Amino acid sequence: MAARTLLDKLWGAHQVMAETPETPALLYVDLHLVHEVTSPQAFAELRARRLRVRRPERVLATLDHSTPTLAADAQGRRPYITPEAEAQVSMLERNCREFGVELLGIDHPQRGIVHVIGPELGATQPGMTIVCGDSHTSTHGAFGALAFGIGTSEVGHVLATQCLLQRKPRAMAVEVRGRLQPGVSAKDLVLHIIGRIGIDGGTGCVIEYRGEAIRALSMEERMTVCNMSIEAGARAGMIAPDEVTFAWLKGRPRAPRGAAWERAIGRWKALHSDPDACFERRVEIDAGAVRPTLSYGTHPGMVLDIDATVPAPGDAQAQRALDYMGLRAGARLAGTPVDVVFVGSCTNGRLSDLRAAAAVLRGRRVAGSVRMLVVPGSAAVKRAAELEGLDAVFRTAGAEWRESGCSMCIAMNGDRVAPGQLAVSTSNRNFEGRQGPGARTVLASPAAAAAAAVAGCIADPRAYLITEAVA
Amino acid sequence: MNPIRHVHSRTLVLAHENIDTDRIIPARFLTTTSRAGLGQHAFQDWRYRSDGTPDPDFVLNRPDAQGCKILVAGRNFGCGSSREHAPWALLDAGLRAVISSEIADIFRANALKNGLLAITVEDAEHRFLLEHPGLELKIDLVAAEIELPDGGRFGFALEAFARHCLIEGVDQLGFLLRHDDAIRHFEEQHAA
Repeated sequence: MAARTLLDKLWGAHQVMAETPETPALLYVDLHLVHEVTSPQAFAELRARRLRVRRPERVLATLDHSTPTLAADAQGRRPYITPEAEAQVSMLERNCREFGVELLGIDHPQRGIVHVIGPELGATQPGMTIVCGDSHTSTHGAFGALAFGIGTSEVGHVLATQCLLQRKPRAMAVEVRGRLQPGVSAKDLVLHIIGRIGIDGGTGCVIEYRGEAIRALSMEERMTVCNMSIEAGARAGMIAPDEVTFAWLKGRPRAPRGAAWERAIGRWKALHSDPDACFERRVEIDAGAVRPTLSYGTHPGMVLDIDATVPAPGDAQAQRALDYMGLRAGARLAGTPVDVVFVGSCTNGRLSDLRAAAAVLRGRRVAGSVRMLVVPGSAAVKRAAELEGLDAVFRTAGAEWRESGCSMCIAMNGDRVAPGQLAVSTSNRNFEGRQGPGARTVLASPAAAAAAAVAGCIADPRAYLITEAVA
Repeated sequence: MNPIRHVHSRTLVLAHENIDTDRIIPARFLTTTSRAGLGQHAFQDWRYRSDGTPDPDFVLNRPDAQGCKILVAGRNFGCGSSREHAPWALLDAGLRAVISSEIADIFRANALKNGLLAITVEDAEHRFLLEHPGLELKIDLVAAEIELPDGGRFGFALEAFARHCLIEGVDQLGFLLRHDDAIRHFEEQHAA
């Protein structure tokens, strides 16, 4: 048999019908994740056509985008930003009841950002096809799954048929050679990669991240990398599963157990691209050359090393981006005053991310001019962080410690950056207005975000980590 | 869905590259549970000034934008979030087609499922369209060609099945439901 990529293997194993020149493939979906924002119109479509959910046991719903991150008051009322946001949450509750779909609801101890809880529960597993009406579904590819975002019409298709009509994407390899330097994180790496290939560099493709530096990443770091594949335009990102993957999944509530676990490991070990498999595009990245990396413009491909200066704009659009951000060509990014710092999101809202931010903040204070919001990615992440005292580190430093959710990454729930304010954010998008109308976003790692909070301006996180190591 | 064979209109031009779906419809309007009514918020933070008044310089606010159904946009239109609210908003604002040299994958899939033509043309033709706003175009889906006012024609790219569904008004969910036997057979064999 011809050498196959990981994409070929996953695609082949889920093809109900192969594609032809006239029709796309029918691709079977193993796990369908659902949230309140992109599902109401899909359930309405099923209702209008008198259809049921074909495989309710393959659907898992939760609430994350429109939910407040402030706790309920004494009467149990939650501070929804608008009645519409609350109605959207109620709508998902009603739809899940009516269609027999499992919902990890507002008070459920396993609720959280959909891309944090899937892996956390062990629902996300190697070899699966996973979809969700959310572009950051690419996160789950870190486990060697084919995972991608879909629109609401397609959410309806999957609810009703467990299938999608899809043309096979092209396979692209991003080979990351060498090792990341100390103080350089997975977020820095993925921002660096997007800067290299561009925000449409992966359009039409599934990116497989490979190489020594990728193998050396923890599971949570791999999720950060795959999460931002969509910011390079790719349908999905994926990493072949290995011992790191298996160790992370073992014992998770929905992971296989006993003999089923052994059988699963046997299957999962075959999930890698064959040595001479052909990729339609290959990009090589030198991990050792990656520095702490931040965005400076209005899309995730406009990135800079922490010690670099803002480049001269090449065209009117780049000039517009600088004007929007309030930055000057030739200025250093470091030293730019910061108003807001956000640590959280499906990109960087996991326990290791909170630890990285806390390591910088421990024994220090958030600058008086800065508002810092720390939002754990799930209720479980929140409990784990509190168990090791991270909440106390954040609170003592002067940051706000919130309930889990998407929060200020998408600014749907009232957590937003005011017009003109500059936020250093561990989230994934720095588009104009993403964190609120007129908000300016600088994407960064958790350590760089925490360093900015302490310094009151954009700062090199390595300076803070070194100080701590000496002390 | 109603069959679509032609879209005939003057063009609006938004030459900016990488127009993301947050730009097309900001997230604060996504708390709706309906598909309807999003057109009033299409390009909200671009179209309206911070005091809520329309920005007269924005292309959709110009008097000659009335009745235009074709948007010619810069490269990589529709990048970012998977929100189908973006094509819903554009359709509700009266648009029926978006032409660019590159359109983001998820936006394109969403648009085509709603009868918003999302089509790509070669760089030279794209440049020509960007440089000539207000051009009267006829998009001919059957011939897969765009006709210029002088009768000149050039091709565009659109995936075969999507084009077939648009022309014949095929309901894709209905198409999938008709493959129930194949799906059931697959499920019997499939382990994961």
